[in-house]
Amino acid sequence: MNGIVSYGAYVPGYKIETGEIASVWGADGSAWAKNLNVYSKSVPGPDEDVITIAVEATRQAMKRGKLSGDDIEAVYTGSESHPYAVKPTSTIVAEAIRATPNLTAADFEFACKAGTAAIQTCLGMVGHKQIKNGIAIGVDTSQGAPGDALEYSASAGGGALVIGRNNVIANINHTTSYTTDTPDFWRREGQKYPRHGGRFTGKPAFFKHVMNCGMLIMEKANTKPEDYDYIVTHQPNGKFPIRAAKSLGFTKEQFETGLLTPKIGNTYSGAVFLGLAAILDIAKPGDRILAVAYGSGAGSDGFDITVTDKIMDMDRTETVEDMISRMEIVNYATYAKFRGKLNMGSTK
Amino acid sequence: MSVPRFWRELGTRYNLIGSYCKLTKTYHFPRRSFDPEAGRESMGTMEDYQFKGDGEVVNATVVHQSQTGYEMFGPYCMAIIKLDEGPRITSQIVDCDPKTVKPGMKVKAVFRKLGEDSESGILHYGTKFALKEIPEIEEEDESLSNIEL
Repeated sequence: MNGIVSYGAYVPGYKIETGEIASVWGADGSAWAKNLNVYSKSVPGPDEDVITIAVEATRQAMKRGKLSGDDIEAVYTGSESHPYAVKPTSTIVAEAIRATPNLTAADFEFACKAGTAAIQTCLGMVGHKQIKNGIAIGVDTSQGAPGDALEYSASAGGGALVIGRNNVIANINHTTSYTTDTPDFWRREGQKYPRHGGRFTGKPAFFKHVMNCGMLIMEKANTKPEDYDYIVTHQPNGKFPIRAAKSLGFTKEQFETGLLTPKIGNTYSGAVFLGLAAILDIAKPGDRILAVAYGSGAGSDGFDITVTDKIMDMDRTETVEDMISRMEIVNYATYAKFRGKLNMGSTK
Repeated sequence: MSVPRFWRELGTRYNLIGSYCKLTKTYHFPRRSFDPEAGRESMGTMEDYQFKGDGEVVNATVVHQSQTGYEMFGPYCMAIIKLDEGPRITSQIVDCDPKTVKPGMKVKAVFRKLGEDSESGILHYGTKFALKEIPEIEEEDESLSNIEL
């Protein structure tokens, strides 16, 4: 069966605590942390962006899968913070894993679910035997405007999945999507920071799509929540994914492994990839995983996944948990410097 | 840097592609068309080689007056690194307190942004290095014994 041949993840080496951000704006840090269930968020270094994170995650996937560039015939990168407006991230990733020139590549955008749309595209191409292996990447370095609620959660990170039909470590049994025109969060061309509809991002947006997609995929797979060992959903904060999982009938034991937002914030397109990577880091053969992504605008992609025996042959060192435990705390001044929030003016 | 020049060096910058001399069995970085030790006899014996990206610090320094484009790092560490295969290269060491980088520390290659032509120009990506093990930061000696009052 077609599925995941290998996986990789990358979380930047710095983090800022919610209380530190709140102190700058005179807000109650512990209240914000508790309300969002986000206690710190990852911060990329000044020389890190979507392209560097995508390359690092993809190289880990290539190394784990013992793959060479010649094995890869498609690279698709989903993100809402591609460094170039015109020029693909995916061609740089392909060059950095020495997969050029005999492959197809493109960048995807669908808010936070652009990466899972790339998984579906790879699955289609693998299923129709157009390619042997394709790489789907979900990665972001999104930002919230200073002082905006988003600033407490918008972080950076990403993951890469090699999708293929041979040596599969996890079968993707079913996939489905649920999509509507729902303007809950957007960023206009040329604008630095996104805008959002506040509470409108909840019930008619995140919950409607994640819940419906979750139910649809279980209907398609003829499964119930108790058939799964793990669930991972998009996680814009630490509360929405818990409420969605519980409403679908899942328990804490099923959702806690893939829930990373309380420690690393909202990695946008990287969220489901990183949550899934954290699950695959410890998964056993036969484990069943439900993954439901969400992208504003709006849509959800669902995946019903079963881990195979092959996962036991994979080198699963350098886990997501290892990366998170190495994150070094920075203060707001360093965070502002690293994220280009300082107006340097012009001295030349 | 012109766009074509950067593009010509993508292999070197992204993937540490250098050369291996089959005659003298030595490695070279960046690419060479001949081995300077063997001279013209090595012409035609050089082949492309991708370095593994592992090495150790030979020596390191902390840059306080940042180079243009590196203001957001300051202070940062620059080091001479000896790759496991032999060649030495100069690189920034990222994601660490620059003062903690010492000779002999093991490093690994990481993919980072090297710079950009301008706000609207092309972005330059390539290889930098990070410590394999992050050392514990030693507490600063806050005693006043060495200060002349």
